[in-house]
Amino acid sequence: MNDLALPHTAETVAAPVAAVPPRRRSLAYLQAAPLTLVFLIFLVVPLVLTGIVSLWEYNEYAIIPALTLQNYADLFDGCLSADLCTTVRTYLSTVKFVVLTLAVTLPLGFAIAYFLAFHIRSGTVRMGLFLLCTIPFWTSNVIRMISWIPLLGRNGLVNDTLRALGLIRQPIEGLLYSDFAVVLAFVHLDTVFMIVPIFNSLARIDRRLIEAARDAGASGAQILWNVVLPLAKPGLAIGNIFVTTLVMGDFVTVGVMGGQQIASVGKVIQVQMAYLQFPAAAANAMVLLAAVLLMILGLTRMIDLRREL
Amino acid sequence: MNVELIGLTKRYGAALAVDAIDLKVPSGAYCCLLGPSGCGKTTTLRMIGGHERASGGAVVIGPKAVGDAPPAERGTAMMFQSYALFPHLDARDNVAFSLKMRGVGKAERRARAMAMLDLVQMSHLAARLPAQLSGGQQQRVALARALVTGPKVLLLDEPLSALDPFLRVRMRVELKRIQTELGLTFIHVTHSQEEAMALSDLVVVMNAGRIEQAADPRTVFERPATAFVARFIGGHNLIRLPEGLVAVRADRMRLGAEAGPAALPARVVAVEYQGTSVHVGLDADGLERPPESPAALTAILSDAAFAARPLHLGDTIPVGWDTAAAHRLDA
Repeated sequence: MNDLALPHTAETVAAPVAAVPPRRRSLAYLQAAPLTLVFLIFLVVPLVLTGIVSLWEYNEYAIIPALTLQNYADLFDGCLSADLCTTVRTYLSTVKFVVLTLAVTLPLGFAIAYFLAFHIRSGTVRMGLFLLCTIPFWTSNVIRMISWIPLLGRNGLVNDTLRALGLIRQPIEGLLYSDFAVVLAFVHLDTVFMIVPIFNSLARIDRRLIEAARDAGASGAQILWNVVLPLAKPGLAIGNIFVTTLVMGDFVTVGVMGGQQIASVGKVIQVQMAYLQFPAAAANAMVLLAAVLLMILGLTRMIDLRREL
Repeated sequence: MNVELIGLTKRYGAALAVDAIDLKVPSGAYCCLLGPSGCGKTTTLRMIGGHERASGGAVVIGPKAVGDAPPAERGTAMMFQSYALFPHLDARDNVAFSLKMRGVGKAERRARAMAMLDLVQMSHLAARLPAQLSGGQQQRVALARALVTGPKVLLLDEPLSALDPFLRVRMRVELKRIQTELGLTFIHVTHSQEEAMALSDLVVVMNAGRIEQAADPRTVFERPATAFVARFIGGHNLIRLPEGLVAVRADRMRLGAEAGPAALPARVVAVEYQGTSVHVGLDADGLERPPESPAALTAILSDAAFAARPLHLGDTIPVGWDTAAAHRLDA
């Protein structure tokens, strides 16, 4: 009797299963719609507009709707010759800051995240220390930048202190308005963007894995290299992406901390905007976008983020 | 190798997790640490393995006291609860991990890892990541990983608790087979008395940081040392008599005419059919019900005996026991 009844129940169960998906799928689209709209209005539309403007003509007085690649041609003018053109030099300078900033924020961010994830047991203390990491964001960018001057200036706190201690005779000139100052400001600002994703990855590592590695005879360094780092890869990648995009797109920090003497891609775009050369700025922005996307693509090639998350 | 614990103690602040326990596990024995959660059995295991620092006492493995030596220097290997396989390494590299840490070359460690996977019948899945393996398969890999360095003592922390009941019985057989084949000392933490009975040569029943009884399974079942052991092992009725507390095995209870002269009239309050046997719950005047128990006494009857004389809820029947089956308890 059961045997006879079985196919029947199987059928009645199968029918609703087959009927549900279209409705459920449309519901899923509906649930994703608000965020899609936000992205569409605030990301895709402006990008498309920028792309269109980058193809327009301009002169000293006006922007003329047209379809020309002149802006891009201007951008790469002379790049095929032996000396590097302005654009390439600007990009190299900006990429240099990316590399220097990563070189500091990556180990620093990892060390802090490791400390927070593995050495702090109490959640309250951890939260307090996290808040401490966000102190750079408690004030506006401009005030933050200006506050470096009394610290790093020729007669600033650092130089005065070193002189008072008799370690130097002449004030160190390169503290402010230099590559050093720019990297310092970037590190100060961006380390937290490294800490958070790495911490997130580390916090998800099962503590028993560390014990299992210890049981297998691994030393501290071996555990770090063979267990912790491979499992922190997604966080490391996301932190890298954050810092790379932040530094690539920056114009304020390089401007203020570099004493307006150091070129950066963001700075170029900002200057062009100030002179109302919108099509040229738009073309520059499109190239910057492409460059950053390429860098991120390179990163995700190294680490399959989709699989790791 | 034999393992000896001497006055082993673990304190967490003021709380005493393990209270000066002494234990001798002979070489090649299968020893189960059995007890309810929080009884200190896992802490004891972790102290043997060097994952927890002892607050006092000593662990002696083979000829020497191991003190605070790191796990790898003790000749022990631990199999963790829920396995703790490295999620980024495939089964073979998981097994080869400890060899890699010891600087064994790639070809050799892979060959040895494959041999170990063969032992646990997992070599065909060597390239899979842990996430692509079922619970039972992960467990086999974890076992191979623990065994690959040739430890003398294997420590297992609730190795079967994450498996479904069917698989649990199969892996139990497997564990015993491997233990016998390799002749290793196994120390296995469990809260299941059934598991402990099935596997061990030496059952160590723990409660509140102390050892209540350490003996072979048969002794523990037939002559439980304390009321706690009798209750935890199950299958016993604890009866307070004028001369003290006795434990009587539930299958030695006598009902009806066989109950003898000292029988008490009892009410049937539960009847559970179990296939080969029937469990009958009984309440009698003057006998208190243990907490969380459905009846004051339980009698286990064979299915044939029950069929010959069925009982129903509410029936009244005399209940007694063989005096020879009553085991005096110390406490």
